[in-house]
Amino acid sequence: MTTTAPPAAQPGAPTRALADLVTVTGRNLHRLVRVPTLIVFATVQPVMFVLLFTYTYGGAIHPPGVTRYIDYILPGIFVLAIAFGASQTGVAIADDLATGMIDRFRALPMARSAVLAGRALADAVRNLFVLALMTGVGAAIGFRFHAGAAAALAAIGLAMAVGLACSWLNALVGLLVRDAESAGLAGLLGVVPLIFTSSTFVPVATMPGWLQAFAKINPVTVTVDALRALCLGGPTATHVWQALAWIAGLLAVSVPAAVARYRHTTAT
Amino acid sequence: MDTERAIVAEGLSKRFGPVQALAGVDLAVPRGAVLGLLGPNGAGKTTLVRILATLLPPDAGRAQICGLDVVCQAGAVRRLIGLSGQYAAVDAFLTGRENLKMIGRLSGLGRAAARRRADELLELVDLTEAAGRIARTYSSGMRRRLDFAASLVARPAVLFLDEPTTGLDPRGRLGLWRLLGELAAQGVSLLLTTQYMEEADQLADQLVVLDQGRVIATGTATTLKARAGGDRLELHTPPGQDPALLAAALAGLGSGAPVIDADVGRVVLPVRDGPAILPELAARLAATGLRVADLALRRPTLDDVFLALTGQQPTSPGHADQPGPPRRDGSRTPTAEGRAP
Repeated sequence: MTTTAPPAAQPGAPTRALADLVTVTGRNLHRLVRVPTLIVFATVQPVMFVLLFTYTYGGAIHPPGVTRYIDYILPGIFVLAIAFGASQTGVAIADDLATGMIDRFRALPMARSAVLAGRALADAVRNLFVLALMTGVGAAIGFRFHAGAAAALAAIGLAMAVGLACSWLNALVGLLVRDAESAGLAGLLGVVPLIFTSSTFVPVATMPGWLQAFAKINPVTVTVDALRALCLGGPTATHVWQALAWIAGLLAVSVPAAVARYRHTTAT
Repeated sequence: MDTERAIVAEGLSKRFGPVQALAGVDLAVPRGAVLGLLGPNGAGKTTLVRILATLLPPDAGRAQICGLDVVCQAGAVRRLIGLSGQYAAVDAFLTGRENLKMIGRLSGLGRAAARRRADELLELVDLTEAAGRIARTYSSGMRRRLDFAASLVARPAVLFLDEPTTGLDPRGRLGLWRLLGELAAQGVSLLLTTQYMEEADQLADQLVVLDQGRVIATGTATTLKARAGGDRLELHTPPGQDPALLAAALAGLGSGAPVIDADVGRVVLPVRDGPAILPELAARLAATGLRVADLALRRPTLDDVFLALTGQQPTSPGHADQPGPPRRDGSRTPTAEGRAP
């Protein structure tokens, strides 16, 4: 064995950062098919959500403008499933911190953003699978895209963007909370009130006035409405811009905060 | 650029809230040398390693690895170092080979080179047969060895090992000692922290003893042992016989007063030249009719050194895995070292 360090590109170099990103993404995709809880969050839970909410609420709730509840609920379940799944990112990052993996990564000459970005990218791959799965199950029980292929693709793209924001927020939570169980709980508890005070399950107009005020500005309402517009048709531009603004805003806060936190954190 | 010394630390200080983890630590490790960092839990060993490995910035002082500053030139330092922390930091859901390939890629190796290096290291740490299994199925010793292999992927010039043999069985420990000896022979500079006195004695050229964030002694194992005084004669009394009688019979024989440990029926007598007093010892035992169950002449161990330096017993190796009293809820209390006490 020689004692010379291997020739390596500068850690800051873009090609090197990209290579690190690919490596970390690969690590997380491997884990995706091997970690039992990740498999549940990626397959069982989305299917369960589609079937449960469609058949339990579908008989009672008849939102205006749709003939089948599945057409109304599925865009909402897209956000729900993605946001719930993202809680596992906080768990994984907190776990990496506790097991010393982040110490190991931080002592390597690798890109400083790669561990978090690679996790978010692997989440995106999972989300694409989850969206396809839910769309397939939804289609089997009556769901249809009503606004054409381009709008359908835009809906999937927007849902993926929501997923990206959720991943980075949960990564930040994982780094701050540091304990895997608490991080998972924080990731879920942060989402549940927002989901239920949004247009996910019922039209905002059916809520009491004081709640409507909040529900209208709730980012979940904004993104679900945008997705719904893209799936069902009708005016989309305002909804989509508002949703993109929310997503951009959340990323603008969570990405730098998470990377900064990552750079200064060590195992307990 | 300091080309002679692999590691230099000057006046390193670090505080975590109310705890002064490091209070002005100086040390230097020549290239190719092995430095053993000894100290009880909470002494600041892990904090020191984390600062040197670029994971934590010091509050005051500075440190260099092969002449590169660990704060300003952290990126360059990371290309020279390997780190094996207290935890077996391996991905439990990747196979042994995948773990090492990943570290290789992240260290800047190409795909083929990372694979070759992974296979080499799996061979080195005797994990070739288990290479295709996910690390979750490994024993703790196997994980520890995989973690050690991961620290070697980039052929580091300076290797930090934080309690490297914790969790290894005696055979695994010997195997790791042999590997560390080989690395040192190849010119790799090593800094290893340990609570195992035997380990420091076995591996290190130089020892630094850390206590409450300060260096309280430096030197070779031999010079430190000299500070703990000469040999010790240990006599165990058989059950039913008062060890005080034995101690009285030994009065004036050694270089100091005999010390009685009544709990285990032991009398320890400090002596300058152990073998020379044995005839006189035998004569006195015969004259008093006292019997001994066991007798041993012992050179001072690093435990004795520690006792002489700090006035307290370090954590014994047998308890190193569960150093602190377990808390009822099973949680771990952060300490000065930022780890379980």
